[in-house]
Amino acid sequence: MNKRIFLDPLFKNNPVSVLVLGICSALAVTVKMEPALVMALSVTLVTGFSGLIMSLFRNTVPNRIRIIVQLIVVATLVIVVDQILKAFAYDVSKQLSVFVGLIITNCIIMGRIEAFALGNKPIPAFMDGIGNGLGYGMILVIVSFFRELLGSGTLLGYRIVPQSWYMGNGGFYENNGLMILPPMALIIVGLIIWIFNAGKEWSK
Amino acid sequence: MEQIINIFVKAVFTENMVFAFFLGMCSYLAVSKTVKTASGLGIAVVFVLVITVPVNYLLYKYILSPGALAWLRPEWAATDLSFLSFIVFIAVIAAIVQLVEMVVEKAAPGLYNNLGIFLPLIAVNCAIMGGSLFMQERAYRNVWEVISYSLGSGIGWFLAIVAIAAIREKLGYSNIPKPLRGLGITFIITGLMGIAFMSFMGIQL
Repeated sequence: MNKRIFLDPLFKNNPVSVLVLGICSALAVTVKMEPALVMALSVTLVTGFSGLIMSLFRNTVPNRIRIIVQLIVVATLVIVVDQILKAFAYDVSKQLSVFVGLIITNCIIMGRIEAFALGNKPIPAFMDGIGNGLGYGMILVIVSFFRELLGSGTLLGYRIVPQSWYMGNGGFYENNGLMILPPMALIIVGLIIWIFNAGKEWSK
Repeated sequence: MEQIINIFVKAVFTENMVFAFFLGMCSYLAVSKTVKTASGLGIAVVFVLVITVPVNYLLYKYILSPGALAWLRPEWAATDLSFLSFIVFIAVIAAIVQLVEMVVEKAAPGLYNNLGIFLPLIAVNCAIMGGSLFMQERAYRNVWEVISYSLGSGIGWFLAIVAIAAIREKLGYSNIPKPLRGLGITFIITGLMGIAFMSFMGIQL
């Protein structure tokens, strides 16, 4: 049971490609893989723990003020993540700039709390949160993989395309500058959704 | 004055919330099926941004930023509450959205019928929170610049959602490969529109 709760959001009900949640804040951080990985990890932690906490509170919080309570819980968790990043990974936290704060308004978090955590026991709610965070992080990492490889010729900062291939060094290769521009993230997500859907049709 | 106009134009075009930072994508994708609802949500976003961002600016400037409390008592000059900004911003946004909803319901029932359903959605719209966070990061000098920024980014968001809604209405008649229909093609079109908007880069007034 827990295993299914955990694995479903990765492929079958991926929050980004199937349920269209939470694209908001994070595509701007996918130019390089490192910030994308950090972002994926932060979102996973916040979705997991906010699910856990709200599930523990689910019988004590009156229905009418639950949105405010959710926002406060999520905002507190995000502040913790932000402070940890500032302390241990200052460079990455500078690159992520406002997008750490925007995790608060990431629709996946509120969506999963509303749809799952408020009606389930803490452990499944935690698993559901972690699974959804990972499903979301997976899309981020895929997008950033292509953008960094094609746009800068590196992965996680390590050079993949050899220097000697470049035009400037007498080679034939040139980085695709378009990949670094923000709109390319959207186009890559569009293509990923296309492939996901085509795969589903095909396996029917 | 020039600075204020410059901030406005930049916020509408070069630093468009949707095309440059992907903010407010959830509602952008969910509510852009017809032009009428899209413009309703767009107006609501402009409305809420113009109120919340200046309020958050004043709170940040006089309470939260490092050393801001010095005006209350000189010995508080060393306190730095800026780590609280996320929680304060989101609380202000949620409270103001509630307030706006109540005021609009009483004062303009016609407008409420058009905007009403969108207002609760807006509290968790990333564009609103993003507006406040960018305001904090960019360190505008006075409240007029902040108002011009928030109006500009609201109008930029409005433009983006109305444009995509118009395109999606037309798309209903075109023959798109089946797996790409709906969400996929909307993403790709948004990307292409973003590339078009990049041509505004470097405009200075």
